[in-house]
Amino acid sequence: MFASLSRTAIPRTSTRAFSASARAQADVNAAVFLEDKGGELVPAAANAVTAAKKLGGKVTGILIGKDEASLEKAIAMSKKLGLDALLVRHAPALEHALAEPTAPVLAELVKKQGFTHLAGPHSALGKNIFPRVAGLLDVQQISDVMSIQDAETFTRPVYAGNAISTVRSQDAIKLFTARASTWEPAQPTESECSVDVAAAENVGPEQAQWVSEEIVKSERPDLASAPTVVSGGRGVKSKESFDSTIIPLADALGAAIGASRAAVDSGYAENSLQVGQTGKVIAPNLYVAVGISGAIQHLAGMKDSKTIVAINKDADAPIFQVADVGLVADLFEAVPELTKKIEEAKK
Amino acid sequence: MRPTAPNWLKLLVPVKRTVDYAVKIRVGPKGVETKGVKHSMNPFDEIAVEEAVRLREKAKEAIDKITVVSIGPAKASEVLRTALAMGADDAIHIETKEDDVVEPLAVARALKAIVGQESPDLVIMGKQAIDDDSSQVGGMLAGMLGWPQANFASEVDLNTAAKSITVSREIDGGLETLKMSLPAIITTDLRLNQPRYASLPNIMKAKKKPLKKMKPEEVQADFTPRLETVDVKAPPPRKGGAKVESVDEVVAKLKEAGVL
Repeated sequence: MFASLSRTAIPRTSTRAFSASARAQADVNAAVFLEDKGGELVPAAANAVTAAKKLGGKVTGILIGKDEASLEKAIAMSKKLGLDALLVRHAPALEHALAEPTAPVLAELVKKQGFTHLAGPHSALGKNIFPRVAGLLDVQQISDVMSIQDAETFTRPVYAGNAISTVRSQDAIKLFTARASTWEPAQPTESECSVDVAAAENVGPEQAQWVSEEIVKSERPDLASAPTVVSGGRGVKSKESFDSTIIPLADALGAAIGASRAAVDSGYAENSLQVGQTGKVIAPNLYVAVGISGAIQHLAGMKDSKTIVAINKDADAPIFQVADVGLVADLFEAVPELTKKIEEAKK
Repeated sequence: MRPTAPNWLKLLVPVKRTVDYAVKIRVGPKGVETKGVKHSMNPFDEIAVEEAVRLREKAKEAIDKITVVSIGPAKASEVLRTALAMGADDAIHIETKEDDVVEPLAVARALKAIVGQESPDLVIMGKQAIDDDSSQVGGMLAGMLGWPQANFASEVDLNTAAKSITVSREIDGGLETLKMSLPAIITTDLRLNQPRYASLPNIMKAKKKPLKKMKPEEVQADFTPRLETVDVKAPPPRKGGAKVESVDEVVAKLKEAGVL
C-alpha cells in the first residue's frame, strides 16, 4: 500500500470533533454565497457548501447575477447541492459580480432573512466581496476557514500556514470564507431544493466600471481542484524549457499546471497559475514540484497535498523536507525520462 | 511651483509592521513567538508605498502629498520611517500597546477616521498582511466609506486630470480591468511593481520628515476584538526526505501510490 507515502499528509476533511454542535444547532441559519463564472458554478462553491453544512443547521444558497436566464445552468447545479433553499437575486448591475453593487445585496439578504452565518469561497471573488460585506455589517470576517469546531469556533491558517489559529467569534453574524482544499465538494443529490427568484434588493452603486477581462483559456483541469498538479520553478530556466518539460509531464499525468512565484515573475507561466501563500492554495492527490526550492511561501500553497514528488538538483533544497518522493537530479534529463516512463506505464 | 489647487491629489498608504517574510516562525505555548524576531514592512505594503511614489513621479504637479499610516506598537514607527525614506511625505502612527490584538475591522475603522481627517483621493494598501493572512482591510474600509475598490491590482493607470484610475486586477484564471473615479481604494498584488531600496541619504532625510503620533482614543474607533483566540498550534508536521535514486524508482512510487 502507499501508506508510507501519505502517512503524514493532512486529511482533506477535518477530523476535529464537533462537540458543541448540539447546543448551537438549533440556532444556525446559514447562507452560502455560490460563486459562478460565465453562468456556471465554480468548483469552490461546492466546497463552501460543505463548510456551511458543517455548522449543523439550515443552509440556504445565494446565487447572484444579471438575470435569471444567465444563471440557468448555475441554478440547475445549485438546487442539487443538498441545500435547504436557494435564493436567486438578479439585477443588471450584478453582471460582473463587482464588489460595490454586490456586497450590499448580500448584506441586505443577511439582515432581512436573519442569517446567522454567511459562508463563501476563499477565492479571488470571495476575497474581493466578503470584506466589503463585513464592513457594511460591521463584523469581523474570518478568512480561509480550514475547519469548524462549532457554530462560533473556526480554525484558520496564519503566517503562511505555519501556524493554525482557532478563534471564537463574538459577532452576531459570522461571516467567513472557506479554504477550498480542506473541504470536500458537496455531491450532487437526486432531490432538488426550492428556488426563490427575485429582483435583488439594495443593489449598490455602480461605482467601478468593468472594462475588460482576459481569461487564460485552457483545456487542462482547473488548478484549484485538479487531483494531480505539476509545477515548475526557477530551475526550469526559460519559458521554452517550461513548455518543453513541464507541459509534456502534465499531459502524461493528465495534470493541471502550477508554478512558483519565481517562475511566474520570470514569465515562464501565467500569474493565475502561481501556487503559494499569495497565489492558489491547493491540496491535490499528487503534487510534482520540478525545479522548485520550496520557500515558505510556496509550501504554504501545497504542503497539504497527499503525495509530494520533488525533482531538484540541489540535495539540500527545503522542498525535500516535505517531499514523499525526492529525486536529486538535473530536471532536463529526469523530467523527459519520467514523462516517457509514465506514458509507457500507462499503456 | 504649485499649480492650480483643484488638481492636487492626496494619497494615503496604510502600512503594517510584520514578522519578516523570510523568518521561519516558531509556535510556542502562547502562540507564534514574535518577541526578538526580525520584523519589517509587510511586503505588499512596500509595493503600495512604491506605487504611490511612482504615481507621483509620473504626475509630479498633480499629486500634493503621500501620507503613510500605521497602527501598532511603538516599533511600528520604524516601518513608517522606511516608507518616508522610500518617498512618502509624512506619517501618522496610531500607537497601540505591545500586546494589543488589533483586528482588521478595528484597523478599517481607524483608517476610516484617518480618511476623515486627511481626506485622501486614493488609498493604496497591500492585498494582505503576511502575518494574519486575512486580506480584509481594503474591502472593509471601502465598504465603510462607500468608495469603489479594486483589489489585487497588477497595473495602475492614474488619470489625474479626470480624477479617474484604471486598474488591472488579478482574478482566478486571468485579469480583469476596472475604471473608477476618485476617491477610491486599491490593494496591491505582487506583480504591481518592484519596490525600491531606501538609499542612505534618503534614510537620513526621512528622520526629519513629520511623524505624528496618535492614541487609539483619538480616532474614536472601537478596537475591542471580536474574535477570541482559543489556541494557536503548529500544523501537523510533514515528514518528507525520502529520496530515491532514479526515475524508475519515482515511477514505482507513483504506481505504489495508485496515481499511475
